Amino acid sequence: MDEISGLKQTIADLFLGQNLAVLSSYGNKQPYASLVAFAATEDLKHIIFATTRSTRKYANLTSESQVALLIDNRSNEEKDFSYAIAVTALGMTEEVRDSERTSFLKLYLKKHPHLKEFVSSPSCALLKVTVQKYYVVNRFQNVQELHIQ
Amino acid sequence: MNFIIPLSRLLEGDRGRVGGKAHALAVMMQKEMDVPAAIAITTDAYNTFVTETGLDTKIMMELNRKTYDDIRWEELWDISLRIRNMFANTSLPVKLHEIIKESVETFFSGKSIVVRSSAPGEDTSDTSFAGLHASYVNIQGTESVIEHIKLVWASLWSDASLLYRKELGLDEKKSSMAVVVQEIISGEVSGIGFGQNPNDPAQCAIESVYGLNQGLVDGTFEPDRWILNRDDGRIISHAQADRSHALYPSDEGTESAPLPADLISRPPLTNENVHKVYELVMKAEGIFGLPQDVEWTLKDNILYVLQSRPITTIYKNDKDDKRGWYLSLTRSIENLKALKHKIEDELIPVLQKETEEMAQVDLSLLSDEEIRDETARRRYIFEKWKNTYWDHFIPFAHGMRIFGIVYNDTVHPSDPYEFLSLLSSGDIMSVKRNNILNEMALQVRDNKRLIHDLKKGDYSNTAFKSLLDQLIASHGDLLCRSNHCTEETPDIVNMVIEMASTPGKHSDAHQESKTREQAFLSHFSAHKREDAADILDIGRASYRMRDDDNIYMGRLKARVLEAEKEVSYRSGTAKRGPSSAGHFDSLSLAVHEPESDVVPQDPEQDFRLQNRQITGQPAGPGIATGPARVIKKSSDLMNFKKDEVLVCDSIDPNMTFVVPLACAIVERRGGMLIHGAIIAREYGLPCVTGISKASEVIRTGDRITVDGYLGIVIIDAEPHEKETGPHIKKSM
Repeated sequence: MDEISGLKQTIADLFLGQNLAVLSSYGNKQPYASLVAFAATEDLKHIIFATTRSTRKYANLTSESQVALLIDNRSNEEKDFSYAIAVTALGMTEEVRDSERTSFLKLYLKKHPHLKEFVSSPSCALLKVTVQKYYVVNRFQNVQELHIQ
Repeated sequence: MNFIIPLSRLLEGDRGRVGGKAHALAVMMQKEMDVPAAIAITTDAYNTFVTETGLDTKIMMELNRKTYDDIRWEELWDISLRIRNMFANTSLPVKLHEIIKESVETFFSGKSIVVRSSAPGEDTSDTSFAGLHASYVNIQGTESVIEHIKLVWASLWSDASLLYRKELGLDEKKSSMAVVVQEIISGEVSGIGFGQNPNDPAQCAIESVYGLNQGLVDGTFEPDRWILNRDDGRIISHAQADRSHALYPSDEGTESAPLPADLISRPPLTNENVHKVYELVMKAEGIFGLPQDVEWTLKDNILYVLQSRPITTIYKNDKDDKRGWYLSLTRSIENLKALKHKIEDELIPVLQKETEEMAQVDLSLLSDEEIRDETARRRYIFEKWKNTYWDHFIPFAHGMRIFGIVYNDTVHPSDPYEFLSLLSSGDIMSVKRNNILNEMALQVRDNKRLIHDLKKGDYSNTAFKSLLDQLIASHGDLLCRSNHCTEETPDIVNMVIEMASTPGKHSDAHQESKTREQAFLSHFSAHKREDAADILDIGRASYRMRDDDNIYMGRLKARVLEAEKEVSYRSGTAKRGPSSAGHFDSLSLAVHEPESDVVPQDPEQDFRLQNRQITGQPAGPGIATGPARVIKKSSDLMNFKKDEVLVCDSIDPNMTFVVPLACAIVERRGGMLIHGAIIAREYGLPCVTGISKASEVIRTGDRITVDGYLGIVIIDAEPHEKETGPHIKKSM
C-alpha cells in the first residue's frame, strides 16, 4: 500500500470507530467548539453532520463557512500519548443540496440510525463539509497533511 | 502485593514474579546446595515503581516515537540511555523505598552486595538474555543498593535487550524485571561450568579465572578451559590462559589487579576442583532436567553457586541469532583500552602509510596493465580497511557510551547527553579543517578588493594563498576531487566567500569540555580519579576516532578513485584528473546500512501528502528555522548558502566543511553519536537525527524548523508569509 492510501486507510479506520467530532466554527469574533455526530463519505472528501438551525454553530456557519473538525480515538489514559490518533479536517461547510440529500442522509443515518427523527425535523439542517485538508497526528508529535485537490 | 521474598522461602508459584534466576537459586538453596544468602525483589516492586511514578508512560512514549522498523540500533541506544536516566533520576515511592530499605538492612546488615537481574522469561532453554541485563558486584550501603536496583530495572530497556526482545517477538508492554540482591562471596577462584559443550554434546566444559567471575563474564580476562567427558567427568583437555590479572572487589565495585607470580604459573583449579565443579554442574542438571550453564565461585574450599540457567538452544542452533553481535558492541573498559592502543598506535599509522604510499605513485607513468593492477590493488586495500573499520573502528565507538554511562551514574545530570560536552576537545580533524576555512573567511571578510580578485581567479594574495596552500596540503583530498586540487579551487574559494559574508561560527566546545572535566573528576576520591580520567580518555579518543576514521578512510578512497579515473581516462571515457561527481558518492563504507528507498509517486491523483511535522531524535539542543538544502550528492554541498538547514541522508565528516554555514542539521540516520550530531554539538547547532526519508520528504527550498530540544522537524512547504533570513533561537 502506498503512503497516501495508507494514510487514507488510517483516517477511514478512525472515522469508522468514532461517532462524534469536535466542530470549530467562528462568529462574532469568537471561535466556538461543539460536539457533532458525523459521518464521512467513502472517498473522505466530505464530512456530514446535522444541527438545528437555531444553534450558535449554525449561526456561525452562515457567516463563516470555513470550519475545522477534530476526530480522535483518545481513551483518556496515559497510553494515548503513544497510541492515540487525532485527525483535524479543514474545509468549507454548506447545507446539502436537495439533489444530494438522499444519498448523504442515507450515509448519515446508516451510522446514526437513532438520529432519524432529529434529522427529519424541518428545523434541522444536514450540512456537509467539503474537506480541503486533513492533518493526521499520531505518536504524539508526528503530523502529516493530506491535501485534497 | 509482595515486594520482597527471601530465596529460602520462595515457592514454585512465585516464579512468574521473581524470574528464572531467582527461582533457580531458591530451588538449589532448598536442595541444600551452597548458594549465597539472597532476597528477590519481585516484579510487583518494579511494576509499582514504574506505574506510580509515571515511568511506564514515558517509556512507551520513548519507544513509540517512531515505528520500530524506522529505528536504527544507534537510536535504540539513545532511547535506552534516556530511559536509563529516567530510572536513575526518579525516586522510589516512599512506601516501596521503606520496604526495600528495611529488608536490605535486616537481611544483609551492612554486608557487601551483588545486585543481579532476574527478568521473568529471561533464561529459558529458548531464550537467553545473559549479558543483556545488568548486574552490579560489590555494592555497599542500602541507598547504593537501591540505586543499583533501579539501574538493573532500567537494563530491561537496554538497547541490546530491546533488540533481542523484538527479535524474539516478545511484547515490550508486558516486560517486567525482578532483581536478586545477593551477599557477595569473594571467591579465590571463580568460573562457569557448561553442562554440555555446544560443539560436542558428549562433552562438558569448565572455565575458570582467579578472583571474581565478572572479568570472565564480560570477556575482560581469558579463562583456563577444561573439556570433560560428560558421562564420567574425565578431563579430556586443558587449555591454559595467558594469566596476568584478576578482578577483585574494591572499595565499591571491582578493580583489576596483577596476579602474583605463583598464581600466574598455576592454573586456577586443581584437577580435584575441576571434578567438584563438574559434579556441581551435573547436580544442577539433575535438579532442572536440562544441561545448565552454572556460574560458581570457590572460597575457603566451599563451592558456591552464583546462578544457574539452562544452556540456550537458540544460541547454538540459530545462525541468524544476532545476540552475539549485540553483545560485541558492549566492550569492557580493559577491552577498549586495548582497542584504543591497537587503533591509535597500530592501525591508523599503517592506514596512513599505505595511503601515503599510494599518493607517491605517479599513475601517469604506469603502463596500461600496471594501472589496471594498481587499481585492483587499491580496491583490495580499501576493502581490507573497510573490514577493519567495521571490526575495530565502529566497536570503539562504545568508548563514548561507556563514558556516558559512568558520567551519568556519577553526576546524575538531567540531560542524559551532557557527557558529550566533555568529549569535545576541538582536535577532531574536520574541525581543524573548518578552522582553516574560517581563518580564510576572516581574511576575505570586509576586504572587497580581495573578494574581487578571488572571484576573478586571482589567488596571489600572500596571506590568503598561504592558508589555501595549507588547506590543500592537509585536507585537499577531502575538499577537492584530485590530488592537485586545481580545477576545484574556485569551489573552495566560493565557499570561503560565502562563509565570509556572515560572522564566523567557531567551535568553542572544548572550553566547556575543560570546565566540565574538572567538575566530573571532583566526584571521585583521589585513588579512583585516575580510573575516571582513563575512562574519560577512552571516551575522548572514541569521540575523536568516530569522526577521524572517516577522514582517514576518505583519503584512502580518494586514492582508489584517482586510479579508477586514470583507467577511465585511458579507455577514453573520462578526463584525466578530477571528476564532476564527488569522491564520496561512489565508494561506501556502509555494509549494514541499507540505502534509503526512493519514495514512489503515489497514484492517488486527488490527494497530495505533505509531511508537516516529523519526529526523530533530539541530537543538538536549540531551535532554528531556515530554507532546507538537501544534499543528495557531494557536489550539492558546493551550492550551500549561509543559514540554510543541512538536510541529508547520512553525513560523512568529509562533507562537514559546510557546517559553519548551516543554521541547523537534519539527518536520516538516527543517534546522538553519528557524525551529524557530533559536528552539530561542536558548533552548537540545533540538530535532529533519525528523520525517516529526510532527503526525500524535505525538498531544497522548503522552509523548515528544526527543534533540537524535542527532536522534531516542522516542514512549512507553503509559507504564509515571506520572511527573510533565518529565525534562530538557540541555547546550549
